[in-house]
Amino acid sequence: MTTIDYTQEPAITIGVVTSAEIDAAISAPLDRFPSRRWWIAFGIALMILSMGLASVTAILFKGLGLMGFNQPVAWAFDITNFVFWVGIGHAGTLISAILFLMRQRWRNAIARFAEAMTIFAVICAGMFVSVAHLGRVWLAGYLLPYPNQHGLWINFISPLVWDVFAVSTYFTVSLVFWYLGLVPDFATLRDRTRNKHKKLAYSILSLGWRFSNRHWSHYERMYLILAGFATPLVLSVHTIVSFDFAVSVLPGWHSTIFPPYFVAGAVFSGFAMVQNVLIGMRKFFKLEKIITLKHLENMNKVMLATGMMVGYAYAVEFFMAWYSGSQFERFVFLNRALGPYAWAYWIMVSCNVLFVQLFWFKKIRTSIPAMFAIGVLVNVGMWFERYVIIVTSLSRDFLPSSWGHFSPTIFDFGVLALGFGLFFTLVLLFVRFLPSVAIAELKGVMENAQPHYHE
Amino acid sequence: MNMAQKENLYAITGLFDSPDAVLHAAEETEKAGYTKFDVHTPYPVHGMDRAMKLKTSKIGLFAFAFGLLGAVCAVLFISWVTIKDYPLVIGGKPFWSWPAFVPVSFEVTVLATSVLSTLAMIVLYFKFPNNAHPLHDTPYMKSISSNRFGIAVQADDPKFDEKEVTGFFKSLGSKEIAPVYFVPADQDMRPALFDPKFLGLLLVIGLTASAATYFTLNKILYLPPFDWMMVQPKLKAQQPSSFFHDGIGMRPPVEGTVARGYMPYPYKGKPEEAGKYLINPLFPTKEVLDRGQQKFLTYCSPCHGNFGRGDSRLQGQFPNPPTLLSDKVRSWPDGSIYHVITEGQNAMPSYASQVSREDRWAIIQYIRALQRAQHAHESDFK
Repeated sequence: MTTIDYTQEPAITIGVVTSAEIDAAISAPLDRFPSRRWWIAFGIALMILSMGLASVTAILFKGLGLMGFNQPVAWAFDITNFVFWVGIGHAGTLISAILFLMRQRWRNAIARFAEAMTIFAVICAGMFVSVAHLGRVWLAGYLLPYPNQHGLWINFISPLVWDVFAVSTYFTVSLVFWYLGLVPDFATLRDRTRNKHKKLAYSILSLGWRFSNRHWSHYERMYLILAGFATPLVLSVHTIVSFDFAVSVLPGWHSTIFPPYFVAGAVFSGFAMVQNVLIGMRKFFKLEKIITLKHLENMNKVMLATGMMVGYAYAVEFFMAWYSGSQFERFVFLNRALGPYAWAYWIMVSCNVLFVQLFWFKKIRTSIPAMFAIGVLVNVGMWFERYVIIVTSLSRDFLPSSWGHFSPTIFDFGVLALGFGLFFTLVLLFVRFLPSVAIAELKGVMENAQPHYHE
Repeated sequence: MNMAQKENLYAITGLFDSPDAVLHAAEETEKAGYTKFDVHTPYPVHGMDRAMKLKTSKIGLFAFAFGLLGAVCAVLFISWVTIKDYPLVIGGKPFWSWPAFVPVSFEVTVLATSVLSTLAMIVLYFKFPNNAHPLHDTPYMKSISSNRFGIAVQADDPKFDEKEVTGFFKSLGSKEIAPVYFVPADQDMRPALFDPKFLGLLLVIGLTASAATYFTLNKILYLPPFDWMMVQPKLKAQQPSSFFHDGIGMRPPVEGTVARGYMPYPYKGKPEEAGKYLINPLFPTKEVLDRGQQKFLTYCSPCHGNFGRGDSRLQGQFPNPPTLLSDKVRSWPDGSIYHVITEGQNAMPSYASQVSREDRWAIIQYIRALQRAQHAHESDFK
């Protein structure tokens, strides 16, 4: 009888990768002039971004009426995009903080990249609310509590104010966490580079880090504390985003399952996005030995688990609508599945619940084209989930006389492009200018990296 | 090696190839009684704190203190705003609805802990930023930041002896042993701070920032698309509008529109019938007389005088306004006076648009009181 040794952790990289090789592989994209492929990708991202910026500029000059939302559907693409991008961010913190607390060593290879994605996704989310949705961006300061001559304060018991605090805290803490992780890597780059200007920049950014163990001792403790705080923080962020809906009395929104349901959905879509982008990056920069199939498979397993949580939430929502005995609740859910937005509902269900079940098969879980396609579908599905929740609930609520219909205009699609354009522009700049894998963290989990105590 | 260089010795460094070797070396260095030494590793090596006999980091206490500070400040601030400074009634809920304070307080707690304790670590424990440390830009540091492990025993250690430390490292199996010197000029920041170039740079930055702030706040923010809702594209009364074909912004009511409260006057041009059929619905109570006085002083007194004697300052400029106290007016029924106010008479225009129906009757009661004052009955003196 064979027994499996569960204490033996699987290898993190393919073959033995030495510290020097890690340095070389990770700093290579930063040292050499960007490749043609990078420029093409960057050009496409910039093009999408400028489409978005053009739409937003038109909206700023002409007003929000350019977009398709109306009464009663006063929230549409902007808020859908906002929730979508905040959700994308959650995978990064889950990988960097929660998996860190669970001592999942495999996370080290992908943590930096996922954290960067968190920051970029939150920037995108912030763009939707502040630039596109508020209308008058230059009045965004009113969202913050500051002493003013009107004698006014913000309403601290409004979920929309909670949202401002949650998202801005999330962004700041993610940035601090990310930067703290980057400090030793900047020091490595500082000592590697031969370019005078880069050396100056890396010296400033590394703050003068010198790998002292007296510093590592505090640093590791601080990292643990930050991970400990980031874990409830990440859960709170999407919980509070879901409060934007759940605290209202609209049928389809007024639901206690929203916080866990939103968090699961956020992790689900976030992992799909990380997986998609990592597949591209490891191919682009030849990091197959460092970001292995094992990483991608693990992410697919997380997607399978969270996908089923999301599917469970869909089922419970239907059950609760029936069980509540409320005519309006029942109607909203029947309307979702059979009404004018049924196409969006069934895209959501098939992408989020059905296709992801293919990950039960190891063959599909480890096939790059298949997992890439499923990842894309998951993100499509998760975007439609937010669309369905927002638009179907608003368009048909209590009184049939106040029902309405939402159809997007070209400016709505322009604003949608803004998110993807900004995100991919930032990701491409990141892989060009910053180490996209945590060098020091990765070195620390390599084979023979830790002492054997003369075993 | 000359003496000057010797004085500038910072430390002796030794490089090792494996984490095991450096861990062993750290243990031995600590045992040998050195206190001012440090281990440099490209990543945190497990067990090194124990080998160096380092105490557990106290940064957790900072985190706790800052977290507590953030939580207390947030709760107190929100409470002050919602109870005292700007209370809002929302659905009849109590002002201090603490469950609704949890999200913001939580976020502020996390924010304060993360940002402040990270800053505390960097500034207080690391003493960063510090790019002038002697170890920077040495071959030793370049090996450490890539893939090797090292120990440095500082020259200011009480047990320090250059030869002894070098021999000690050799016995531990170090592959490369090298002294590290510091450049004294690097350790003194003062000349750099008062360098005219640096001061000039500060001045340029200051001026640029002030100019940019000034132009942003005073000029750029008043260009389109920034609008501050002072100019609104709505039409106000008396404004022209190119939208309507007559160019007038204010719209006349549709033909046949009846104004709110409008009642037709059936005795137009029929003063006798008005006098005959109209009856004052009001009685001379105090309220009615007060109201009548107020309206009389506003609308009637400019011509008829404050007491109805017709002695206003219009005398001599127009046909003299008549007195209201004459026997003629005294003998009129209320309806006739009402008719004159409503329709006008001779030089007097209609007051129907200024004085409401009820006010006209009140004015008439007041005029009657003025007349009575001049022609009092015996009983009025009692």
